[in-house]
Amino acid sequence: MSWAKHQILEKSSILMLVMILIVVAIGGLVEIAPLFWLSSTIEKVKGMRPYTPLELAGRDIYVREGCYVCHSQMIRSLKDEVERYGHYSLAAESMYDHPFQWGSKRTGPDLARLGGKYSDEWHRAHMIDPRAVVPESVMPGYPFLAERELGYDDIEDRLRVNAIVGVPYSEEMIAAARTDLELQAGVGTEGLEEFLAAYPKAQVRSFDGNPDRLSELDALIAYMQMLGTLVDFASFDAAGPNLR
Amino acid sequence: MAALLDRDEWRAFSDFLALGGAALCVILGLVLALAGEDPVIAFHGCVLLGAAALAFFFILTQIMEKKETHDATNYADGVVRAGVIATVFWGLAGFIVGDVIAWQLAFPVLNLDLPWTSFGRLRPVHTSAVIFAFGGNALLATSFYVVQRTCRTRLAGKWSPWFVFWGYQLFIVLAATGYVLGVTQSKEYAEPEWYVDLWLTVVWVVYFLVFVATLAKRKEPHIYVANWFYLAFIVTVAMLHIVNNLAVPLSLVGSKSYVIYSGVQDAMTQWWYGHNAVGFFLTAGFLGMMYYFVPKRAERPIYSYRLSVVHFWSLIFIYIWAGPHHLHYTALPDWAQMLGMTFSIILWMPSWGGMINGLMTLSGAWDKLRTDPVIRMLVVAVAFYGMSTFEGPLMSIKSVNSLSHYTDWTIGHVHSGALGWVAYISFGALYCLVPWLWHRKSLYSQRLVEWHFWISTLGIVLYITSMWVSGILQGLMWRAYDHLGFLEYSFVETVEAMHPFYVIRAIGGLLFVIGAFLMTYNLWRTARGDQPVDATDQPEVAAAPEFRPGQYTAPAE
Repeated sequence: MSWAKHQILEKSSILMLVMILIVVAIGGLVEIAPLFWLSSTIEKVKGMRPYTPLELAGRDIYVREGCYVCHSQMIRSLKDEVERYGHYSLAAESMYDHPFQWGSKRTGPDLARLGGKYSDEWHRAHMIDPRAVVPESVMPGYPFLAERELGYDDIEDRLRVNAIVGVPYSEEMIAAARTDLELQAGVGTEGLEEFLAAYPKAQVRSFDGNPDRLSELDALIAYMQMLGTLVDFASFDAAGPNLR
Repeated sequence: MAALLDRDEWRAFSDFLALGGAALCVILGLVLALAGEDPVIAFHGCVLLGAAALAFFFILTQIMEKKETHDATNYADGVVRAGVIATVFWGLAGFIVGDVIAWQLAFPVLNLDLPWTSFGRLRPVHTSAVIFAFGGNALLATSFYVVQRTCRTRLAGKWSPWFVFWGYQLFIVLAATGYVLGVTQSKEYAEPEWYVDLWLTVVWVVYFLVFVATLAKRKEPHIYVANWFYLAFIVTVAMLHIVNNLAVPLSLVGSKSYVIYSGVQDAMTQWWYGHNAVGFFLTAGFLGMMYYFVPKRAERPIYSYRLSVVHFWSLIFIYIWAGPHHLHYTALPDWAQMLGMTFSIILWMPSWGGMINGLMTLSGAWDKLRTDPVIRMLVVAVAFYGMSTFEGPLMSIKSVNSLSHYTDWTIGHVHSGALGWVAYISFGALYCLVPWLWHRKSLYSQRLVEWHFWISTLGIVLYITSMWVSGILQGLMWRAYDHLGFLEYSFVETVEAMHPFYVIRAIGGLLFVIGAFLMTYNLWRTARGDQPVDATDQPEVAAAPEFRPGQYTAPAE
């Protein structure tokens, strides 16, 4: 190669610019684009459903407080991780997560299968003062969550925007979002059957232990108690029809 | 275009554009302040309103006075000086927040149980402050300085360089206050919400235009290698920022949005962005800095032209592929993980190509390492670059990554790059720039530079060694089995084991902060024009060009 040829680029800012653009575009195109059309990217599983309005509100609090900076939600396919946390995480399990919460650091443990591991009482005590239940913990306390009313005036909008970006919320689910949110937190019973039909395995109760108030803690615990509980692993086939 | 308008018309047009832009931002701020659906966006509307109103009146008074803004050198150095000051200011802020959260991990009571002071909200403040505020301003200031000198022409645009500077500061303020108040989209190093992202896009496009327009009117036939790197940094960061942050807001006057990608696609897009924030923001941009300040300070030409050609193109081509190594053994398809690992290992070569080109530039001038602490800082930066770009490919190997991922080893790796490479090359550039820009004969004190160098080097060593030990220890504890075949340690036992290392790390961070304060004091005394304490010990090149004996005195260097 003649080094003089590089001078063509060095002498033209436009050519240099175009060449840089081409060179830096390739890697991303090859690695990202196929993930949107290769069917093997996401396994076909039974049990995945969109978040209930209360779980979604809890997830938004999880995002707001930056929980992802210390907690992963991604169990790797390694022996010790599967024994410590449960079945390795499937791509399908985060397919309704906008954005994903896989995390990058475990200052605290993985939370991908947190649901059902601890009681609501434990979560309440832990969120208010982590060292009351785990003396060696370095987690910040979040006592204010129990005292703050949950803001959900815009819950229909939240579901609607999730639907726009691809989460299969139906018009009925969006319309019922507000009552569904209250129902799940133990406020009223009318429409409960329809709610459970729309969101199978949804847990219904006052999560913060105070039925008179719908707090941010209600939503956050509702979210934590459903993490990793949706997929039916009895029917999961790791060599499934779209995976080979 | 230039032919269609004469000089005065052109200037009137640009004044009109600047005034119009400021007025538009006043209106936008007013709308957000009044109609904002949540307190944070209303507060951010007020900030925009205030900033834009100040800008409007400032522009107006400047136009009225018909001030000639060209200074004696015919270079636009005012905006560079502002960038230098902002770099120092945000550097201190970012380092201090970093050390505070380091202490929080050692002593969790320091979280104060308040929403605004918890680790989860402060950590993005630290990362954004050091990467985008400190690093970003260093890149802004040096790129504006370097592109003018190496193209022998004044920066393009009258108002636009200043818009880039102040617009960028506004972006930083909006992002950081947003995090503290709980507005984040939770994508690492891309936490700002949609409206702050849009603002940054506008600022960045103007930055790009200023840079390219300056290149286009250069008086040198060749574009100097430093500018290739700056250009690649500006262009690629624009691409990464726009693609990764695509989101749908709940309302045009609300802060909350949902990212358009989900799950595995979102993870891949995020780490394509995240790794190349390292590759292009923290590497390519700072290599641009290296390619100007190392040869300038050593007064030696770049070691190899061919090596710079080869390592530039291979670096920018290969870096883009490396993202999936953040997602080994996850639900990301295996083919993507393998591609990411393969390219990450190959990346070692162009990285070391850059390191060799930087280090070997010292050929015949190695003695300066002993006598000039500024060049020592620049060279140690390049050495740290070499070390972390060896460690990175190592950690991207899947079997190594299975141990290192999710642990403090990653944190240590990032900081050997961020403190050792990014901060040191920036400190070196600042020590060069302040006497040059403020027209001083030397730095105020070279001995203080020595102190800065040794105190912060000790800090870095404490930081990265403690994180190596804690990371590898925790990784091994997580996978340890007892003789009956059960996991040996509960998670919290591994947390407990981290405590002494977290204390050592926080002490290392504190030393780094102390070093940065010494630098600030030294640069402040220099800029103020105080009598230097050891001017005779300093090399000639420490002085502003006009004070160097035997050198010419025309405007261009």
